[in-house]
Amino acid sequence: MLRDITLGQYYQTESVIHKLDPRVKLIATVCFIISLFVVKSWIGYAVAAVFLAVVIRLSKVPFKFMVKGMKAIVFIMLITVVFNLFLTPGEVLFSVWKLRITREGLQQAVTMAVRLSFLIVGSSVMTLTTTPNSLTDAMEKLMKPLKVFKVPVHEVAMMMSIALRFIPILLEETDKIMKAQIARGADFESGNLIRKAKAMVPLLVPLFISAFRRANDLAMAMEARCYRGGEHRTKMKPLRYAGRDRIAYVVLTAYFAACIGIRIWL
Amino acid sequence: MGIIKTKGLVFEYIRRDEEGNVEGITRAVDEVDLDVKKGDFVAILGHNGSGKSTLAKHINAILYPTEGSVWVDGMDTTDEKELWNIRQEAGMVFQNPDNQIIGQVVEEDVGFGPENMGVPTEEIWERVEESLKAVGMYKYRKFSPNKLSGGQKQRVSIAGVIAMHPKCIILDEPTAMLDPNGRREVVRAVRALNDVEGITVLLITHYMEEIIHADKVFVMDKGKVAMQGTPREIFSQVEMLRQLRLDVPQVTLLAHELKKSGIDLPEGILTVEELTQELKRIYRQGEKAQVQ
Repeated sequence: MLRDITLGQYYQTESVIHKLDPRVKLIATVCFIISLFVVKSWIGYAVAAVFLAVVIRLSKVPFKFMVKGMKAIVFIMLITVVFNLFLTPGEVLFSVWKLRITREGLQQAVTMAVRLSFLIVGSSVMTLTTTPNSLTDAMEKLMKPLKVFKVPVHEVAMMMSIALRFIPILLEETDKIMKAQIARGADFESGNLIRKAKAMVPLLVPLFISAFRRANDLAMAMEARCYRGGEHRTKMKPLRYAGRDRIAYVVLTAYFAACIGIRIWL
Repeated sequence: MGIIKTKGLVFEYIRRDEEGNVEGITRAVDEVDLDVKKGDFVAILGHNGSGKSTLAKHINAILYPTEGSVWVDGMDTTDEKELWNIRQEAGMVFQNPDNQIIGQVVEEDVGFGPENMGVPTEEIWERVEESLKAVGMYKYRKFSPNKLSGGQKQRVSIAGVIAMHPKCIILDEPTAMLDPNGRREVVRAVRALNDVEGITVLLITHYMEEIIHADKVFVMDKGKVAMQGTPREIFSQVEMLRQLRLDVPQVTLLAHELKKSGIDLPEGILTVEELTQELKRIYRQGEKAQVQ
């Protein structure tokens, strides 16, 4: 049951978006999110929607995969919409009992819903078309300037990619420990939330111990293979911008400029 | 001097109880002298706690000797300047395949060692390709390590070491967590490396079947070298091996028991073929005697 959890929901297919440099995709996602808060008018959202639709079309990832990510935030979205709908003061459209729906509230609620769903779909496009590994690579490369401020950029990136590698292994291990304890009469299913949480303790202790042992082993194996931090290190798959990445940057700049333009003039 | 040499190697560690008080000192490795020639296939045998893994960790400069010295290709392992050269020349494969694969894709993991050494990008790709081919894992290069079997993962680990172009490989019980099929795969890959590429191999194991093809065998017990010699010499001393709590291959054991009950067999039979041949010979001799 635990094995169903997948992190890094990469969707394997050949497309322009997949082939783009991960740095482009990372920057584009950040820009897209910012642009959602820049625009305020319906025209602006329409532009964002068109941009997103084109990117999704180009990525060749079925739309239902994008929507999957929405499931996780349905609850948050519902709360946001409800609060905005009922608690924004303004011109009353109609009221039931003590609840009042205002014109501003309605507008605000719809805007919020659109923003949130665009935000989720937009970032899913990135995670669906980029392997977690190349994402960490991109982050390492983009954050390199921070090294001046003594931020351990390489180490953080290495930690992230090792964590990603060990998630499935630790999940498998959790499953194993769970089964071993169920076989000896442990009960993870029944009882209220507190009892369930308590039942997790005997699961977490062995899991932590084994995680530490693994970490120790891995550190030794890495040292045995001459790992000594980011210095003197070469890359097997260095990131290099290609022609299509430049085009992508131009398109992105145009989109972003359009968003700002719409905010100012329309 | 051989490629790996130890002289009077002693390693001690301090045992502590739960409060951190010293309980005593354990000698994990006790006065070990090894000399491994270039290109040899050497096996180190011993039951659990015999000090064989501790010994292996000295050769890769993960542990340093309490007394005595270890040289790898003439370099003293306590010499800090040579540390990275030693680790590159003496590659190490560990027991648990899951805990030594770093990459999320097979080829990336194999490239990890060369990346650390600062090998140029194009050459890394060449090295990755040739090492994966050497262990027969080239067609899995785009796979996630999590999708491979234990034997395959261990072969990837071996490829990761070969990609660093070492002169010798130390394998610390590489087959202990594998099923018989995986064990065979790994042993075959290791033998091929020794035969074809001429890489010196130091195989640490407690499976007797794996040492049959070794050039030299060291048997360790309580941190000391208890026996050494060719596999045949070792296996001819069945009683001694039993005292050291080691299992003798079934064929050797059968031959030993037959000999004890009066059949004229030589000591140290290692394979089924050998035994059948010997038995056939005795049978024919018997026939001849009857005819006469």
